[in-house]
Amino acid sequence: MSVTQTALRPTRVLARPWVLRVLSILVVLCLWEWAGRVPVSIAFPTFTDTLAAFVDMLADGTFASAYAETLGPLLVGVGLTAVGGVLAGVVMGLSPRAQWFGLPVFIVLQAAPSAAIIPLITFVYGIGFAAKVFAVVLLSAPVIVLNSYRGVANAPRSLIEMGDSFQANTRQRVWKIVIPAASGLIFAGLRLGLAQGFTGAILAELIITPTGVGDLITYYRSLADYPRMFAAILSIIIFASVSITLLQRLELRLFRPEMRPS
Amino acid sequence: MTEPATHSPDAAVGTPTVDAAVRVVDLVKDFGSDVHAIGGLSFDVPRGELTSIIGPSGCGKTTTLKVIAGLAEPTSGRVEVEGRPVTGPGPDRAMVFQDFALLPWATVLRNAAFGLELKGVPRRERESVAREYVAKVGLAGHEDVYPHQLSGGMRQRVGLARALAVDADILLMDEPFASVDEQIRRKFQEDLLNLLSDEDKTVIFVTHSIEEAVYVSDQIVLLTRGPSTVSTVVRPGLDHSAGSDSVRRSTAYLDWVERIWQELESYLEN
Repeated sequence: MSVTQTALRPTRVLARPWVLRVLSILVVLCLWEWAGRVPVSIAFPTFTDTLAAFVDMLADGTFASAYAETLGPLLVGVGLTAVGGVLAGVVMGLSPRAQWFGLPVFIVLQAAPSAAIIPLITFVYGIGFAAKVFAVVLLSAPVIVLNSYRGVANAPRSLIEMGDSFQANTRQRVWKIVIPAASGLIFAGLRLGLAQGFTGAILAELIITPTGVGDLITYYRSLADYPRMFAAILSIIIFASVSITLLQRLELRLFRPEMRPS
Repeated sequence: MTEPATHSPDAAVGTPTVDAAVRVVDLVKDFGSDVHAIGGLSFDVPRGELTSIIGPSGCGKTTTLKVIAGLAEPTSGRVEVEGRPVTGPGPDRAMVFQDFALLPWATVLRNAAFGLELKGVPRRERESVAREYVAKVGLAGHEDVYPHQLSGGMRQRVGLARALAVDADILLMDEPFASVDEQIRRKFQEDLLNLLSDEDKTVIFVTHSIEEAVYVSDQIVLLTRGPSTVSTVVRPGLDHSAGSDSVRRSTAYLDWVERIWQELESYLEN
């Protein structure tokens, strides 16, 4: 009896996190479907049409070949910034001189409208692979560097003092106290950086040369095949969300065992 | 009125006591040019005893302890540990922090072993030492949990285990029970005394609680309000053999608390 009672009580069901998460997605999808059926614009397909196009494109290899092209510059770009950016941020957090020297560049870069800078890249790097990598770096670097810097600069003083009192050397202080303490902000920066890098890669494909996933959007728009165009956009959202979630798992695994759900 | 035996302030200043593990000599600490935290502080800490530093809030108790720990530089004057002037943190001193200062990403065992880890003691060895002290502070069975899963009192026990595990002769405790509630605090005070009775440590204990200072101390250094100087040094040295309740009800205990309160009260009024 008690089982049926708890199952029937709606507040109990709603209190479960996954129920609300699924519900929130469903609400958005229903709104999408409704807006597509009205329709708000002839260029706005319903969710079901988009989903059908999505499955088609998955099956006929459109996505596979497009992502193969987009992932190259994205991975190289994000890989470069992840290593270089975290390193730069950590060094700036540890050394005031490095901070005075380097920080303003990234603050300015973060405030600058990057999408407007991307066309300029072609003057320097042409329209090839390097230009796209540069676009990814340009968008992902500021957030990665600034977050790493903030994480390190704001590592708890009391923990550092504790390390000092037990005669930690510099290497121990950095690796055993400062970096783990900063890991939350560093990884938040990496997640945002990955998302930004993805924006950079797509922008480069839309603005510089039509290739990869960016090209899918441009191409199907020109054909007025809106379900396929939206399926391409949907794939970007899904891809970005999944990779960011994976990155979060990696962080918990590497640095924050106490936050892992047991 | 029979006064408990007391060292006069003059006797404590300048003249070395028989066997001082730590000597604080004419210690002055300014922060910038405006803030004079400590204005010429001198006292001796007898070896193997527990010395409390107590005084009005903002009187530089914690700063004094940090200078002794080597975590802060004195503006002038010096601190000597075993006759050698302190120039920085050393293996002869271990500190227990008011805010526990535990690594949130490390288990109780790793936290307790962290002092040894920093000294490069191999994992197996340091964990076996840490395990022993985790048990001694009453946390056996909690080795693999994380600090956020523990209460404030239990976290400070981990901090104490970490300090004891490095086997320093001198234990520096900075208001260790300040963030612990009253019931837990009393139990912790007793446990601390029991633990120290077979450890042969010299302890310097900063507190703002008169009752706590009287209960745990062999010697109490009372500071004046900043820039602080030594107001007086007293030695309650209560006999703990009769058990904690009878100590806390004893006339000697209550007299000492009253005496120190009156001493401190005079600094609060002006």
